[in-house]
Amino acid sequence: MNLDFSDEQKALKEQVRRFLEDRGGVAQMRAVLTSDASYDKDLYKGLAELGVLGAAIPEEFGGVGLSHLDLCVVAEELGRVIAPVPVASSIYLAAEFLLQAGSQAQKEAWLPKLAAGEAIGAFALNEGEGRMGPEKIKASVSGGKLTGTKSPVADGDCADVAIVAARSESGAVSLYVVDLNGPGVERRTLNSIDPSRGQAVLTFSGAPAELLGGEGDGWHIATQVMDRAAILMAYEQLGGADRALEMARDYALERMAFGRPIGSFQAIKHMLADMYVSATLARSNCYYGAWALASGASELPVAAATARVSASQAFQHCAKNNIQVHGGMGFTFEYDCHLFYRRANALALALGSVSTWEDMLVDRMTTGNVAAAA
Amino acid sequence: MDFEDTPEEAAFRAEVRSWIDANAPKHLEDQLKRANFGDMGVTSEDPIQACKSWQKKKAEAGWACLHWPKEYGGGNRTPMERVIWNQEEGIFRSLGGLFTIGQGMCGPTVMAWADEETKRRMLPPLASGEEVWCQLFSEPASGSDLAGLRTRAVKADDGSGDWIVNGQKIWTSGAQNSDWGLLIARTDPDVPKHKGLTMFFLSMKSPGVEVRPIKQANGQSSFNEVYFTDVRIPDSQRLGAVGQGWEVSLTTLMNERLSIGSGMSTGFPQLLSLCMDVEVDGKPAVQDSNVRSKLAQFAVREMGLKYTGMRAITALSKGETPGPENSIGKLVAGATMQDLAMFALDLQGQSGVIWEKDGPHDGRFQAILMRSPATRIEGGSDEILRNIIGERVLGLPGDIRVDKDVAFKDIPTSGRKKAAAAA
Ligand SMILES: Cc1cc2nc3c(=O)[nH]c(=O)nc-3n(C[C@H](O)[C@H](O)[C@H](O)COP(=O)(O)OP(=O)(O)OC[C@H]3O[C@@H](n4cnc5c(N)ncnc54)[C@H](O)[C@@H]3O)c2cc1C
Repeated sequence: MNLDFSDEQKALKEQVRRFLEDRGGVAQMRAVLTSDASYDKDLYKGLAELGVLGAAIPEEFGGVGLSHLDLCVVAEELGRVIAPVPVASSIYLAAEFLLQAGSQAQKEAWLPKLAAGEAIGAFALNEGEGRMGPEKIKASVSGGKLTGTKSPVADGDCADVAIVAARSESGAVSLYVVDLNGPGVERRTLNSIDPSRGQAVLTFSGAPAELLGGEGDGWHIATQVMDRAAILMAYEQLGGADRALEMARDYALERMAFGRPIGSFQAIKHMLADMYVSATLARSNCYYGAWALASGASELPVAAATARVSASQAFQHCAKNNIQVHGGMGFTFEYDCHLFYRRANALALALGSVSTWEDMLVDRMTTGNVAAAA
Repeated sequence: MDFEDTPEEAAFRAEVRSWIDANAPKHLEDQLKRANFGDMGVTSEDPIQACKSWQKKKAEAGWACLHWPKEYGGGNRTPMERVIWNQEEGIFRSLGGLFTIGQGMCGPTVMAWADEETKRRMLPPLASGEEVWCQLFSEPASGSDLAGLRTRAVKADDGSGDWIVNGQKIWTSGAQNSDWGLLIARTDPDVPKHKGLTMFFLSMKSPGVEVRPIKQANGQSSFNEVYFTDVRIPDSQRLGAVGQGWEVSLTTLMNERLSIGSGMSTGFPQLLSLCMDVEVDGKPAVQDSNVRSKLAQFAVREMGLKYTGMRAITALSKGETPGPENSIGKLVAGATMQDLAMFALDLQGQSGVIWEKDGPHDGRFQAILMRSPATRIEGGSDEILRNIIGERVLGLPGDIRVDKDVAFKDIPTSGRKKAAAAA
């Protein structure tokens, strides 16, 4: 048994951390948040050149051909600086859809561009408020043309290609590859709690759409890919949780009140200890997820839901208490606390809300996978 | 990253499995499986003897205290082999409960601080279960604040070099079954409290030692009061230097947190089966959305603990020393068990009140409800563990100390606030 990353993976993590810090760390997120840009183009290009976008994409499709474990350590570092780049949409989701279900031609058409950061991918699933399920999908494809409205679509404002969930002529939920720069696509950027990762409404009126995977397999494939993406995103959340905890710790050491550092008050100390506990449990669950992702274990669905629930909560917990520890300063726009708070709460909804994943976790544990939980 | 055995580990596992299969007390298996938290469940024979005979059998075959050196009665095995042994021992592991304090805390303290001769004399019978040990640390006026203890050890005035001990310990688990005790006492009240302590071990059969059981909140009596009246301890039974007791005790306490916290289950698998069994609105509880949300919360904690343990084992097998971050095991397990039990009783409805071994779900959740408060106190309370995480893991400043540079005898305590003020 060995529940740890390899030395090479740790070295990659270090390298990505240095790269992101050299570029300004969290300041990059703030810059995007306060501008009209939908993401940091230079940073994204830099990540592509570093080879991290294509880390888990095979070499034949323009990637680096490392493993998903490598992508996990990259994700954690992106999370630590809450990087304002569409990696989750383009790599954890779009590229993963193509890898899992794409035809050779589809892979060849898009994967090299995604790995090189020349094109950005997105996953268009949602159609309005409420918990997402296959029954809510109304968008449809007829004669190879897509009609319908998807909202919100993460990074839909900047994406070049989308994997869209829609009904086929027979009414079965299926997936389609749609070129968002082609005809019949309209997009509108939405304001959101985390504008450093854009959200958009995509309106399709006869956009050319190409089937991805089998007709009627849409929900099944989407579930599988979202499980994989959930583990990668959990690593981003973990990185964010750790960083928020460190910020709170540093401030607690430096801020004085009543003649002593606030970190010497037990109310603060114990709050920080609890944040550490959340982050540690989440980390352990993420390791379980990473193992399942890399080994393709049958426990993957349970591991994904566990990592997702645990990491979402840890990041939310650390981000909200980070503001609390900072007092009034924590509620200023100038301090970085709100950046983590925004990202924590946005990521907790991406891929489906925490309660949705809690539900899935219990489903998965009670259908034949009880042993995994025990 | 993998959960596979290496070929050597697999061979070791096979060897262990076949030995356990041929030697384990299978006639106790059913009783052990129905054990509840705080109760080993053996009724068909004397449970103490059942524990001792399994331990002896293991020791004779070289399976006792696997990670200890051979010359001290151990098996000289790697941390990973120990983990494999524990997995394979399975349900029979609960027969080791009698020796947890001795082998998990007292033994490592003796190993770290005693001279070679003492180690060779004391450790092998501890490993083989022939001699049981208890931990004589807490006192009525000093639990969390252990260094505030008052039991006095003074040099005998007969020139023998022996120590004479007077005082009282409390909450001593297993004292009634113990042959030896690890005792921390005050040898100098005129210096600040951490500096005037010294560690000893003594025979629990020594004249002047009196053990009185305490009835616990859950109805059992596993801990005791221990009184010392002019108890004589030879100086050769001192561990560490005179005045070094605090340092010695830290070895014990860190091992305590590790052995209480590691591999602790919160009862989640049992909760999950309860939820498939009891109904809410005419449907299995597991289908109810409120129940599902709670279940998921318990699941991620249980699994988080499990994989935190595996990460610690991985670190150990790479030669790293487990540090204060391991405090989270007991901290999470204690509170989670308690919440989980309350939730289980709630699902059982009014029947949740019934606590019978042959009652609903074997009275298992009731036993957890009634024993888990102790988990949050023993071996460092939740609050003390949060202090440890805050201070030693996160590097926050310690509490302001009003007793730090004051001679022990001048420190106000619950019983002598006025006296101190007057002094
Ligand atoms: C089942 C059981 C078995 C035990 N077995 C043994 C044994 O075998 N040997 C042995 O020596 N002892 C044993 N103990 C004793 C145990 O170690 C003590 O009970 C424990 O350390 C707490 O001390 P106390 O009971 O004096 O409570 P106190 O220290 O008086 O604590 C009371 C409350 O005050 C809080 N508190 C105290 N100090 C602080 C602080 N600095 N910051 C914040 N909060 C604080 C505590 O968290 C607690 O909530 C056992 C206890 C139990 C329950």
